[in-house]
Amino acid sequence: MSDTVSGPLTADSIAGAAYVVAALLFILSLAGLSKHEKARAGVIYGITGMIIALAATIWLTLQGAWGTGAGLTGVGLLVAAVTVGGAIGLWRARVVEMTGMPELIALLHSFVGLAAVLVGWNGHLEAPDLSPDLTAIHHAEVFIGVFIGAVTFTGSIVAFLKLSARMKSSPLMLPGKNAINLGALAAFIALTIWYVNDSQLWLLIVVTLLALGLGWHLVASIGGGDMPVVVSMLNSYSGWAAAAAGFLLNNDLLIITGALVGSSGAYLSYIMCKAMNRSFISVIAGGFGIAAPAAADAEYGEHREITAQATAEMLTNASSVVITPGYGMAVAQAQYPVAELAHQLRERGVNVRFGIHPVAGRLPGHMNVLLAEAKVPYDIVLEMDEINEDLGDTSVVLVIGANDTVNPSAAEDPGSPIAGMPVLRVWEAENVIVFKRSMAAGYAGVQNPLFFRDNSQMLFGDAKARVEDILKAF
Amino acid sequence: MTRIGIVAELGTETRVAATPVTVKQLLGLGYEVVVEKGAGESASFRDEAFAEAGALIVGADEAWGSEVVLRINPPTEDEIARLAEGATLIGSLSPGLRPELVEALASRPITALALDAVPRISRAQSMDVLSSMANIAGYRAVIEAAHEFGRFFTGQVTAAGKVPPAKVLVAGAGVAGLAAIGAASSLGAIVRATDPRPEVADQVKSIGGTYLKVEVAEEMKSSDGYAKATSAAYNARAAEIYSEQAADVDIIITTALIPGRPAPKLLTAEDVASMKAGSVIVDMAAGQGGNVEGSVAGERIVTDNGVVILGYTDLPARLPAQASQLYGTNMVNLLKLLTPDKDGVLRIDFDDVVQRSVTVVRDGEKTWPPPPVQVSAAPVQTETKRADERAADMAAKKTGLGPAGKAGLFAAGIAVLFGINAVAPAPLPQHFTVLMLSIVVGFYVIGKVHHALHTPLMSVTNAISGIIVVGALLQVTSDNIVMQILAAVAVLLASINIFGGFAVTRRMLAMFSAGKARS
Repeated sequence: MSDTVSGPLTADSIAGAAYVVAALLFILSLAGLSKHEKARAGVIYGITGMIIALAATIWLTLQGAWGTGAGLTGVGLLVAAVTVGGAIGLWRARVVEMTGMPELIALLHSFVGLAAVLVGWNGHLEAPDLSPDLTAIHHAEVFIGVFIGAVTFTGSIVAFLKLSARMKSSPLMLPGKNAINLGALAAFIALTIWYVNDSQLWLLIVVTLLALGLGWHLVASIGGGDMPVVVSMLNSYSGWAAAAAGFLLNNDLLIITGALVGSSGAYLSYIMCKAMNRSFISVIAGGFGIAAPAAADAEYGEHREITAQATAEMLTNASSVVITPGYGMAVAQAQYPVAELAHQLRERGVNVRFGIHPVAGRLPGHMNVLLAEAKVPYDIVLEMDEINEDLGDTSVVLVIGANDTVNPSAAEDPGSPIAGMPVLRVWEAENVIVFKRSMAAGYAGVQNPLFFRDNSQMLFGDAKARVEDILKAF
Repeated sequence: MTRIGIVAELGTETRVAATPVTVKQLLGLGYEVVVEKGAGESASFRDEAFAEAGALIVGADEAWGSEVVLRINPPTEDEIARLAEGATLIGSLSPGLRPELVEALASRPITALALDAVPRISRAQSMDVLSSMANIAGYRAVIEAAHEFGRFFTGQVTAAGKVPPAKVLVAGAGVAGLAAIGAASSLGAIVRATDPRPEVADQVKSIGGTYLKVEVAEEMKSSDGYAKATSAAYNARAAEIYSEQAADVDIIITTALIPGRPAPKLLTAEDVASMKAGSVIVDMAAGQGGNVEGSVAGERIVTDNGVVILGYTDLPARLPAQASQLYGTNMVNLLKLLTPDKDGVLRIDFDDVVQRSVTVVRDGEKTWPPPPVQVSAAPVQTETKRADERAADMAAKKTGLGPAGKAGLFAAGIAVLFGINAVAPAPLPQHFTVLMLSIVVGFYVIGKVHHALHTPLMSVTNAISGIIVVGALLQVTSDNIVMQILAAVAVLLASINIFGGFAVTRRMLAMFSAGKARS
């Protein structure tokens, strides 16, 4: 970075100051999300921070390259890239269905990953003018940045394909898959040492391919139900990729932002793992659905069916109703009729609330967004820990497209594959009505004894159609 | 078209198997309906009302000659003989208690369905005649007791002095017991209830009673929805409770019945003797042997110490219009099940547990008793041992890292961090400082994010991780054209993130609205 302006106020120092302000604004942006009321202000902080950071960087770049041919080309490319990229981004943001949020977010992660790879490659192409010590570090930084970026890129692409059902969501089971993952890591370390000593382009190509393969394999071996963890894990990786780029480019703003995003994703992954009572390692190592054939052959008794008509009657006579949605509600696009149902019941003086399990859906907070889209007031949408105590006093619980998150065997059967996973204790309610397409087991492959309880009844069929039937019966 | 005959009952029975309302429903199922002249008279349903509803009023022989005959009480030998060949008789036949009746029915080429034999599953609730009649009986038992009882039920403070509320004990919190508890407490009495099934405590509480728990080690789980016989220790403790309560309360209503067995004796002669003069006992189980020593089926007895024991067995029939209506509706619901096409053709499907359970005789062939129906499906415990082993296996697998291992890993991480920073040249330690502080700040900030906003959090972090554009921007003016192009692609991708991430976050947050917004 050249200093063309003399005196204390150089382009570098101004950019540095702008970066500090931008970093602070980013922190405020994330902090704003702690409350619904402050959330919108939070986004404004984020946008402001981004504008300041970009303005400072663009100015810094132009300062350095003004008047040169490369500078002119650069400006042209810059304007074109930002225009096209911005237009695509705004268009996608406008048209995306709320049920499709997980896909969009996974796709956005992949872009950060790819951008990090490109920045890393440029770091290689740019001959560094540094002391030998620093050159070695520079090389290591290039390598690490490219590696994380490439893993994020393909990992996110696979997550996107799985979430959008363009790829089978069941885990890919290669023999010795843990050995493959660990082997790839070991190879990466070996290649890094090699590259630091002798920075050959082909080494960079090899490590890029290695990381692309690792990212692909890592996510391909994780099943659909673990996607909340995977998406937040990739969110984290995209942050670390940005932080690595910051090391490479000596840019503190990138490091700060990358670390914020990285820890954000890690924290979300941690919450998701806790909600499934699984360690992060075991999610990455996969194999949730595999150890499952447990008590599948046990006799559970007979389930009972109920009609939409009878459900409507039961709901109108209820004093309190709790609705626990799951991924099935998103699949059936049933959030609007469900919201209408909640609205009508509230008009009749029934106390309606929603109970959301942390891993319901395919993205942390997915259900909240769907319900918000359908205009369900957020103050009746409660978290598992907030609602669990009240379920015992609830007249009717509607389980809509959820299965493992309401499975009593998690709490009662120590031999169950999901034993110890915190679940919504819906079975304590007076009546439970389960909306389900068939008696098939849930994602974890575990039979759900809830369906055979005395106080539960099944309402079979498409969740959306059934809820609409109930509305008609009112 | 199949013809349904509603026949008159015998003796003191005041109910009738159909009412003008249910006749209309039967016609709706495609049947033709005939009613024996005067069948509904004692339930205040006049022949004209039946005729108006669309039924034909006929003589007894013609009514008995119908293809389907509806009845409340079991038929006598003579009546069985009056049934046409191939006819279907539906009524409360109590086949479990009356094997000789089943034999008699099976001696004719007819089909007999016992409405009181529907299994206790929720699908069959709408035709459970035992429940609907027990409900009426429970209510009526309280009314009969109130009639005999020379005092108020509710406590009052009047100018002429204070009146204490009556104390009522209800033994058995089944359908009849619960109806009695509800009726007594709404009259203002203090109501206590006993039942061997502890799970009914909440139901008792919900309608105003106090549940008296029998504290013994064992508990009863009912697998078919009915109470079962109890153990000796339990009975001893329960007997004590009844003795204590008998001396205290003014009215006792007993409803304890065990299917296919004589009713359990709950109150001994001593208990009855310990009651205050003017107290009333209604023994609703008198017909099955009685819960109270000294009760006589169908009779009103006054003991030496002035306690009235009512052994009425016709409690539902004392509310004939209502009882007939509910009975008739149960009957219609069974016929709905038997007439799936609403075409007036009765079909019995033995694959259906309800239809199988009610069928006592089919075409002259005895089909009683039916296979048992499991109602409460408690998960079967046979695999417990294997489950335990599995749990142990899993626990063994999970202990990959003990606390010591974790601490070691943590210490190693700290050491590596220290090592790198100690030897690394100039810019690196500063970068690590920034990284570490940012991570710590990040964890604290993210830890406070509202759970409902996790998706917006992800999209906003998506947007700000587009900050990698800064890196690409710095490279876009490089002299190397390859670098310029790579950087431009990176800028494009990062721009998608920045614009898309912020825009979609704003869109999502705009959707979140508080309760007020809706109304």
